[in-house]
Amino acid sequence: MSAPATTEAKPAAPTAAPAPPPPSDKIKIKVDGREIEVPKMMPDWQGKPQPTTMLQACQLAAHEVPHYCYHPKLPIAGNCRMCLVEFGTPQMGPDRKPVLNEDGTPKIAKSVLPYEPTTPRGAIACATPISPGMEIYPNSPATKQMREAVLESLLINHPLDCPICDQAGECKLQEYSVQHGQAESRFVEAKVHKPKAVDLGPRIVLDDERCVLCTRCIRFTKDIAGDDALGIVNRGSYNTIAAWAEGKFDNNYTLNTVDICPVGALTSKDFRFQMRVWFMKETKSLCTSCGTGCNIVVGSREEKVYRYEPRQNDAVNSTWMCDSGRLNYKWIGRADRLQKCGMRIAERGMLEVAWPTALKGISAKLASAPSSSVAIVASARQTTEELWLLSKLAKKFNALTDSVARNGEGDKLLVNADKNPNSNGARLTGISGPQLGANLAKIAEGIRSGSIRTLIVFGEDVTKHGIGADLLAKLDTLIVSDILPNATTAAAHFVLPGCAHVEKRGTFVNVKGRVQKFMKAVEAPGDARPEWEFLHELVHNVTGQNGFSTIEGLFNQMAHEVPGFAGLEWAKLGDTGVTVQI
Amino acid sequence: MIVKRNELTWFERLYLPALIGGLKVTSRHFLNTLTTKTPVTQQYPEEPTKVLPGYRGAPYLVRDQDGATKCVSCQLCEFVCPPKAIRITPPGPTGKPADRTNAEKMPEEFEINMLRCIFCGLCQEVCPEEAIFLKSDFSLTGLARSEMIYDKEKLLALGGTHPGIQKWKHKLDEAKEQETFPVKV
Repeated sequence: MSAPATTEAKPAAPTAAPAPPPPSDKIKIKVDGREIEVPKMMPDWQGKPQPTTMLQACQLAAHEVPHYCYHPKLPIAGNCRMCLVEFGTPQMGPDRKPVLNEDGTPKIAKSVLPYEPTTPRGAIACATPISPGMEIYPNSPATKQMREAVLESLLINHPLDCPICDQAGECKLQEYSVQHGQAESRFVEAKVHKPKAVDLGPRIVLDDERCVLCTRCIRFTKDIAGDDALGIVNRGSYNTIAAWAEGKFDNNYTLNTVDICPVGALTSKDFRFQMRVWFMKETKSLCTSCGTGCNIVVGSREEKVYRYEPRQNDAVNSTWMCDSGRLNYKWIGRADRLQKCGMRIAERGMLEVAWPTALKGISAKLASAPSSSVAIVASARQTTEELWLLSKLAKKFNALTDSVARNGEGDKLLVNADKNPNSNGARLTGISGPQLGANLAKIAEGIRSGSIRTLIVFGEDVTKHGIGADLLAKLDTLIVSDILPNATTAAAHFVLPGCAHVEKRGTFVNVKGRVQKFMKAVEAPGDARPEWEFLHELVHNVTGQNGFSTIEGLFNQMAHEVPGFAGLEWAKLGDTGVTVQI
Repeated sequence: MIVKRNELTWFERLYLPALIGGLKVTSRHFLNTLTTKTPVTQQYPEEPTKVLPGYRGAPYLVRDQDGATKCVSCQLCEFVCPPKAIRITPPGPTGKPADRTNAEKMPEEFEINMLRCIFCGLCQEVCPEEAIFLKSDFSLTGLARSEMIYDKEKLLALGGTHPGIQKWKHKLDEAKEQETFPVKV
């Protein structure tokens, strides 16, 4: 975790009289013998300043303290005991002054058991605040022994399920057992058996035997999702996680509990037994299901997408994402994806052609199109670069342009009512006005009256948005790029197969104006190409303007030309994006 | 340490007796081979080769004593396989339930490309279920490349049975015992 920006200690006013030193907001402590200065207060799970804990201080000192129940975005529970560390505080004399060693350094009193002064007594690093002069020993023999003992106790009833457990490979219990645990089990009694494959909800399966009772899932669903659906039932070794009624753990954020579960207790029904996690290639990307633009990691193997997982971005989605967005990836691998360029020739119907033929054909048609006879409908699901290239085409023909508004229901946490991932991109590039879809009726009217003879459609089925098949039949030229076949692609004169966002790179601008980039995870099927690639060629053919043929260059050029993106650069976007004024 | 050399006797120093002695051994072997008294060439493939225990031949899947597939599709062998000869299709959430009681999953498909396999034995070493073993077959032939990709059925048929402790079944029995009260341990 990186240190949050805190206000620096103010220098004392330059007065002659020795002013009392200003209250410092930094504390000097020692971690593993090395002195560091850490902020007195650090943000807690809600971002409110709270006294810095030993765990946070250790993280600042680059010492990872193992933990299960602690999660930076959840309230602290302190029940797993994994983060126990040995520590010491400056010893105080009866006069409330620190006792000094012979060499003048403060004497440190290590924490010990009250009636056994030779036995070290650890404290849980996640919930113990630091104090000035404190010394933390994250690598001392006593700390190591505590970790070993806690792990041994956690493993007493843990089954040896690793070969069939989906969590294997990203399991904290596996990792810490290797790092901090014992090589062999001393447990000879029969393990307590608990229910396996319990149906918690429509998307979650629970294996009670594997649970370490860290209560992360309970805290998440209660405090983050606001649905107090989970709890612990039964006593002692028979403690189990349960939903308030069978299968009722069904809010729209349940799959986050699978991510935060440190072991394989909560598993996703969708991902269950699909692929082992160590085969997965992880690509930084964005969720496209609504305007929030949650940061995600796409897990793919051999050109197949297996799962989406949220990626931390405190400016957008913290570390969470909704279930509906997470499971909205299956269309990417659909068998009926558009894979070939199509060109309709009067007598012979739709022909499969190669890219050069299709682009040449389109360029020839557009070259002869008079001004104002062209209209463009570009989806707000296209990337900003693609929309910008389309706006260049529009400028050349003085064309009417628009996007399609897609409104649904939002919620208080992450889901936005705007179901387009890039509505603001469409607005900023000038493809649409402030109100998406306001021009669609004008375009339909233009086609009806015959003033619009050429229609360029990107990523939308316009037959569902007021430009019916009868109107499309009136056009001289209908150029359509899409990912999946629909009524518009069926009526098109030119079909250009495009890419899903996981198959290309680009940027989206979310509802709050955050410009975020996403990376390519898998190859596109068949002949499908990223839209910006062929749009770049098309713009060159039609307008004669040559631009950058890389996505980085294209973005930088767009930022240079579009006032809304002034000062941005592809490289400056980083992994978490930059907010622009909208 | 200094080893003292024995002085050679005058007979040994003659040199010729040792030479003649050596020639006698050589000619004896030469004659024996010539009269096929001691064969040095094995007539493979007419004469089958005897494979010693511990030999690392082709890897096959095995069944347990109940005839159930032992593999649980953990894909560790696929991961460790240096020439990437193994390819496993996991069952997914809707796959067929495992043959073995309580094992939760087994591979939907398990393929070994015997043209790629280098018989290194890492799959056998890494297997947590003792489900794959290097058997004694070393000469695998086929008329097409596709024939050399052995699927799950073929691998199981070639592998035979290999009894084990049946840990998943054992676990279920243990769990069932705990359902009655007082718990027997």
